[in-house]
Amino acid sequence: MDNKKEIIRVDQLNKSFGDLHVLKDIDLTVMESEVVVLIGASGSGKSTLLRCLNFLEMKNGGEIFLDGEKINKSTHDLNDIRQRVGMVFQHFNLFPHKTVLGNVIEAPIHVKGENKANAIKEGKKLLDKVGLEDKYDVYPSTLSGGQKQRVAIARALAMKPEVMLFDEPTSALDPELVGEVLSTMKELAEEGMTMVVVTHEMGFAREVGDWVVYMHDGRIIEYGHPNEIFDQPREERTRSFISSVL
Amino acid sequence: MAAIMHFFDVFINSYDVFLDGLWITFKLSLASLVIAFFIGLFFAVLKISNIRILEWIADAYIWIVRGTPLIVQIFILFYGLTDILLIPMFWAGVAGLAFHSGAYIAEIIRGAIQSIEKGQREAGRSLGMSTSLTMRRIILPQAFRRAVPSLGNQFIIGIKDSSLVSFIGMQDLFGVASTMGSNSFDYLSYFFTVAVYYLFIVLVLTVLVNRIEKRLAVSD
Repeated sequence: MDNKKEIIRVDQLNKSFGDLHVLKDIDLTVMESEVVVLIGASGSGKSTLLRCLNFLEMKNGGEIFLDGEKINKSTHDLNDIRQRVGMVFQHFNLFPHKTVLGNVIEAPIHVKGENKANAIKEGKKLLDKVGLEDKYDVYPSTLSGGQKQRVAIARALAMKPEVMLFDEPTSALDPELVGEVLSTMKELAEEGMTMVVVTHEMGFAREVGDWVVYMHDGRIIEYGHPNEIFDQPREERTRSFISSVL
Repeated sequence: MAAIMHFFDVFINSYDVFLDGLWITFKLSLASLVIAFFIGLFFAVLKISNIRILEWIADAYIWIVRGTPLIVQIFILFYGLTDILLIPMFWAGVAGLAFHSGAYIAEIIRGAIQSIEKGQREAGRSLGMSTSLTMRRIILPQAFRRAVPSLGNQFIIGIKDSSLVSFIGMQDLFGVASTMGSNSFDYLSYFFTVAVYYLFIVLVLTVLVNRIEKRLAVSD
């Protein structure tokens, strides 16, 4: 366990939207094959933190390291960086004008320049993996929310990212569809994928998370193993949040 | 009854000259609308560029087109262009019509682009796609689908507006009707005849646009 390599490191990250200071001095390290779960009330900054990690939002201060390398807009092509950091959105954001398979092979072909036959073969494998082997050629509008989110996961995986970010992946789903997405994510974690997950699913956080991060008002209040955070939180604010959601 | 029979007479006997006019109207509309589409796309992209000077240029263009009558634009382009350059009347007409429709098409495309959910852009970017690749592969294909009804409508307006080129002497459908009317003093019959031609063109285009809309609806 000691020779794991560092995938993401965030050092004194700050982010403001105008006068609103949404991330305050965030420090966070994510090691290879770890699952880090961000929890906290809405507006606590967890989604913004996630979006800063793949530069959909630009930080105002601090540093972000990927594989130990400091990432900067001026020294790196952020498009290349984003290929290495997969993202799954709350509202899926599938491409409605493309079929399920079309969604998955879009970026491998047009960003990585993979050959089409190969991209299709890999894409089908990924769709099989997330249990959508019979949905290659349908359009996203015909799918349930849970199926859509699994397509979105396959689409992100198709770029072979080093780390996957999940931004409340089950919040827009009907309750009966949450399970299928969480179990796909759990499988992914078991295969050793490095993951950062923003979620309100405390069961998932406890069962799958290696680390749980509690955020409040733009700060990381507490960081620990799931049983520490859920069973014996050190901070009063963590305790009251946990008791309000469990 | 006699009047109606007379109209049919005129309609049938004049078909060869009107077909010449129809051909000119067709070429003129097709050329001007294709060019207008690219002008529109260009200015739509300027308008959403977030670069102030480019937005101003687009705004100025749209303001000028919307603020002046089409006939004035055609006359300025015709007399202006043919003074400076040796350009055939046909292309002066195309230029005038394209310059005009381009502004309206720019607004239609801009609106359609801005109606695409923010998440689409973010999804493209999160996969490592550049801004321009995201625009080409993700945003524009969806925006065009959404713009089809409005574009179809604008194309219909463009075809009907093309009748104004008769005032610079072109023998398009309306030019033919005017000439035939003034030669025979039977204006009403020829204008009824030309009205039927326009109605037919617009009918065909409407059916076409509806078909395209239905085909594109497959993915919705």
